[in-house]
Amino acid sequence: MTHRFEIGYGRCLDPSGTPVGELPPRARQPDRLIALYKAMVRTRVFDAKAVALQRTGRLGTYASSLGQEAVAVGAASAMRPEDVLLPSFREHGAQLWRGVTPLELFLYWGGDERGSDFVGPRQDFPVCVPVGSHLPHAVGVALAFKLRHEKRVAVAILGDGATSKGDFAEAINIAGVWRLPGVFVINNNQWAISVPRSRQTAAETLAQKAIAAGIPGVQVDGNDALAVDAAVSEAVERAREGGGAALVEAVTYRLGDHTTADDASRYRDDKEVSQHWHEEPLVRLRHYLDGIGRWAKSDEEHLLQTVTAEIEAAATAYLATPAQEPSSIFDFTYAMMPKELAEQRGECLAAAPE
Amino acid sequence: MAELTLVQAVNLALARAMAEDASVIVLGEDVGVDGGVFRATDGLLARFGAERVLDTPLAEAAIAGLAAGLAVQGFRPVAEIQFTGFIYPTIDQLANHASRFRTRTRGRLSCPMVLRSPCGGGIRAVEHHSESPEAMFAHIPGLRVTIPSSPRRAYGLLLAAIRDPDPVVFLEPTRLYRAFKEDVADDGEAAPLDRCFRLREGRDVTLVAWGSMVREALDAADRLADAGIAAEVLDVATLKPIDDETIIASVAKTGRCVIVQEAPLTGGLGGEIAARIAARGLTSLLAPIERVAGWDTVMPLPRLEQHYLPNAARIVAAAQRAMAFG
Repeated sequence: MTHRFEIGYGRCLDPSGTPVGELPPRARQPDRLIALYKAMVRTRVFDAKAVALQRTGRLGTYASSLGQEAVAVGAASAMRPEDVLLPSFREHGAQLWRGVTPLELFLYWGGDERGSDFVGPRQDFPVCVPVGSHLPHAVGVALAFKLRHEKRVAVAILGDGATSKGDFAEAINIAGVWRLPGVFVINNNQWAISVPRSRQTAAETLAQKAIAAGIPGVQVDGNDALAVDAAVSEAVERAREGGGAALVEAVTYRLGDHTTADDASRYRDDKEVSQHWHEEPLVRLRHYLDGIGRWAKSDEEHLLQTVTAEIEAAATAYLATPAQEPSSIFDFTYAMMPKELAEQRGECLAAAPE
Repeated sequence: MAELTLVQAVNLALARAMAEDASVIVLGEDVGVDGGVFRATDGLLARFGAERVLDTPLAEAAIAGLAAGLAVQGFRPVAEIQFTGFIYPTIDQLANHASRFRTRTRGRLSCPMVLRSPCGGGIRAVEHHSESPEAMFAHIPGLRVTIPSSPRRAYGLLLAAIRDPDPVVFLEPTRLYRAFKEDVADDGEAAPLDRCFRLREGRDVTLVAWGSMVREALDAADRLADAGIAAEVLDVATLKPIDDETIIASVAKTGRCVIVQEAPLTGGLGGEIAARIAARGLTSLLAPIERVAGWDTVMPLPRLEQHYLPNAARIVAAAQRAMAFG
């Protein structure tokens, strides 16, 4: 038996910021669009500062999200506060939208666990470094919502590389068969460090992997925040109403290195990168807002000023934050500290490094 | 009070915990209608319903991972891995996530899950059904690891594991599932998760064992008694954290120690226990510490497994070497 299938491709704005058709209802609210634009600019300014701090030895290895802001912001904007986000390690825009503070992000990437003790979204998961291993958690979180009859949704964001992992296949399969309120958003930025999307899988799209799990899968222009927001929103609301899990592949491009420890010029042609700069997500939404008379040069200047001041203040606060007490290494290992660990704690404190 | 096998005691503890706490749910492969391949979850589906007893798809990494997600959300999942040989995909979830949520988020999130699995050989099972991987789990900070050696202990330790606010790996020696019965009171009383149990007093040599090896040690102690040697037998029970105080106090009295593990010798917990005795009890030793362990080989298929599994005779021989030393 052969089945034919088609993977839909969602796009609202073309790279020049021109609508490609009638905009979905959510994209017809200019205030929402301005909020999306501001969030993407804020993410990019944060990214730039984080990279600058790393380059000057004041932050650890950092994974920039340059060029992929629309995926993170668009996914998060489709969620409600009571939903739960399970990010990979490149979704700063989603975390910032959800209320994780720039200071917390700087602390985390600067090597301080307090950066994952979010004051805002208390139930959101910390970033996940072992690729794709957070996807089964999203299944568990979604199952928890379903068992408690709560109208909440777990949203996990993963990279294109993660779709090659067993964790991904296992997670979407279970989310499908149990009809769970879980949405999986792929930030397909074309590169898993040095391995391009074309060498990751023979599948034509990543979204079609949803078919095998029995859940809806769609592709969207991942440089189009409106398209990401619309597609994820549709998936999230369907899940919330009991319609089950979904997969959204947002097709974008990693304009930066994999991390600050990477040098993409070793494996990637600069010309390819330059081409993709013409499609990046900020410019097109700005052009659109400008075109409908909702974004003037003065708005842009004011935004940059405000956001830069916020990020600079967060960086200053981060740099002024003393390291935790060494005892904190031990204090959160267990709720009730075993005797042998208490002994090691004492030894550690007595043998503080010179 | 009822006379129960170890697997029935596991079942009783699960039912007790589920009746007491609505956040306790059981999940795994074939744990529902089938009641588990060893029947550890028999009857739970009928009693507690399909929302609390979940047959999962066949995906061990996801079973551990989704249990972690449930636990972070406030449930107390008890996930079953069907056989020891299938437990290795869960190590990613346990080492990278379940054991770390509390630390990584400075206590914002925690992961009170239990991962249950049969372990060990001796029932002539097929390949990949007879391993003893406890040291791998005990090496992971943030986990607790425990192995019962009797029905009563299984009931108490499993209740403790489920009630513990952190992740616990609960390994059940397959060969003890139906080996003998014990009176088990369904009193809801948990056993301590950080304590060794002294099962027999003796002045000459301390036999330290856990899981299936406890019965071998008790058998060895009987044989040693016939030869006039009084062996003290300790059931370590919880392997992380290890109650080394009780072990060292016993060795201080006897001066001799034989550590027995079914797992392969090298890198096993016997080495850790020996190191602690050497560090804190060296002057009380009258003989070198003896270890009786599985060989550093692949677990043989059933026709040869009796040559692999440590037994009372090897323990007696080790104890006699210790007695004869010096």
